[in-house]
Amino acid sequence: MAEFFTNTNLGIFLLIVGQCLLIIVPLLVALAFLLYFDRKVWAAVQMRRGPNVVGVFGLFQSFADFIKYAVKEIIVPAGADKFVFFLAPLVSFVLAMAAWAVIPFNDGWVLANINVAVLYIFAFSSLEVYGVIMGGWASNSKYPFLGSLRSAAQMISYEVSLGLIIIGIIISAGSLNLSDIVNAQAGDYGIFSWFWIPHFPMLFLFLISAMAETNRPPFDLPEAESELVAGYQVEYSSTPFLLFMIGEYVAIVLMCALVSLFFFGGWLSPIPGLPDGIMWMFGKMFLVFFIFAMVKAITPRYRYDQLMRIGWKVFLPMSLFWVVFVAFAAKFDWFWGTFARWSVGG
Amino acid sequence: MANIDYKRAVGYFFLSDFLTGMKLGLKYFFAPKATLNYPHEKGPLSPRFRGEHALRRYPNGEERCIACKLCEAICPAQAITIDAEPRDDGSRRTTRYDIDMTKCIYCGFCQEACPVDAIVEGPNFEFATETREELFYDKTKLLENGDRWEAEIARNLELDAPYR
Repeated sequence: MAEFFTNTNLGIFLLIVGQCLLIIVPLLVALAFLLYFDRKVWAAVQMRRGPNVVGVFGLFQSFADFIKYAVKEIIVPAGADKFVFFLAPLVSFVLAMAAWAVIPFNDGWVLANINVAVLYIFAFSSLEVYGVIMGGWASNSKYPFLGSLRSAAQMISYEVSLGLIIIGIIISAGSLNLSDIVNAQAGDYGIFSWFWIPHFPMLFLFLISAMAETNRPPFDLPEAESELVAGYQVEYSSTPFLLFMIGEYVAIVLMCALVSLFFFGGWLSPIPGLPDGIMWMFGKMFLVFFIFAMVKAITPRYRYDQLMRIGWKVFLPMSLFWVVFVAFAAKFDWFWGTFARWSVGG
Repeated sequence: MANIDYKRAVGYFFLSDFLTGMKLGLKYFFAPKATLNYPHEKGPLSPRFRGEHALRRYPNGEERCIACKLCEAICPAQAITIDAEPRDDGSRRTTRYDIDMTKCIYCGFCQEACPVDAIVEGPNFEFATETREELFYDKTKLLENGDRWEAEIARNLELDAPYR
């Protein structure tokens, strides 16, 4: 039986499809509950109750919303480029999902254990901008177009500092492979051997850049749901809109996963002696998501010029300086070697 | 150089505003909810609350309204229409008592004007309908409302009596 899956073409194909489904299905189900959790946190901070009608404590709210989106009429603007109009949400959904292929959930639990995982993820999250631009352009309407331009500018700006922060991590870990990055954080001190201690300032830069990169409040200028219409999504309805929204949330959860992999040691146990495992990974992702949800609830939106100023004048110099600093610290073994944890000889 | 507010700069770099916000957010996170679970929980109503209209009856079942038309006269929105005729036993009663609830502004003047406490505005505010026609109340509907809400209406009138 095992040989069928490793030797025949059909078997390998089925195995890969099965593995993909094993990631996608639990991810989407978890996403439904994370959406619900997000809304509940937002509501709790504003002293509201949040969704509490569908199912026990409203747990099935997201599924009800899903049905609502799925059965609504798809409206295509008369002047829209139909092909690109429908391609755009697919692009942002598929790319957001594809990035999950290289995320390790546990030691060895990864769909594609490639050596350039970090590059792969950044390639895909850069490509997500195309979904936004195509969506805005294909709608053939002024506001979606302007919204998509703003959104694209924002995503590109923050990708720069996000990339530089990760270069620091890569220098410390000595590998682009996410599993190796996590294993490089293993140590005798549990929570205190992870990268969030040596790379402490970058943790906050990364969190903030991740919020900006995924168009999450307080950087949700493209959508600005409280005063503007929904930016590049104006003309979208029904399932295409749902795909955009799921894509956005998948990207957010991906950022949560990246934060826990880069800074909080992925599946490593925080207390020395307790077994490592997948539950630590999920617990860390959940905590990071909670912070994302809280930030959404407590911060006012940035103005566009402030957003650009922070991105280019604060985050870029800081992360650039940090890369140089980490490079020197790793090369010359400053700080008792906390910055150099090369798994292969360096 | 001299004008740098170092305290503010340090706070800016250590995200002090953000941490204050986080603390405040967490405080409200665990605070009791300010909202009601509306269809299941309802807010308190004053005895003077002016909701849906009702025509009351005496305890023996006789309707109170004597067709004096004071409510019709005082109604600022002219929402009330009354026709009256002497009944077989010689007493003066309405044959038609219509309130157009789409016109009504819920000012309560009809209740104030009524000499026999017949037309009152009860505590019910959940009478939304699907069609406009359902909001043209006639005498039957108003008397039904009176029978349905009599207990609450009587209690509210009694509670409010000292202030009238």
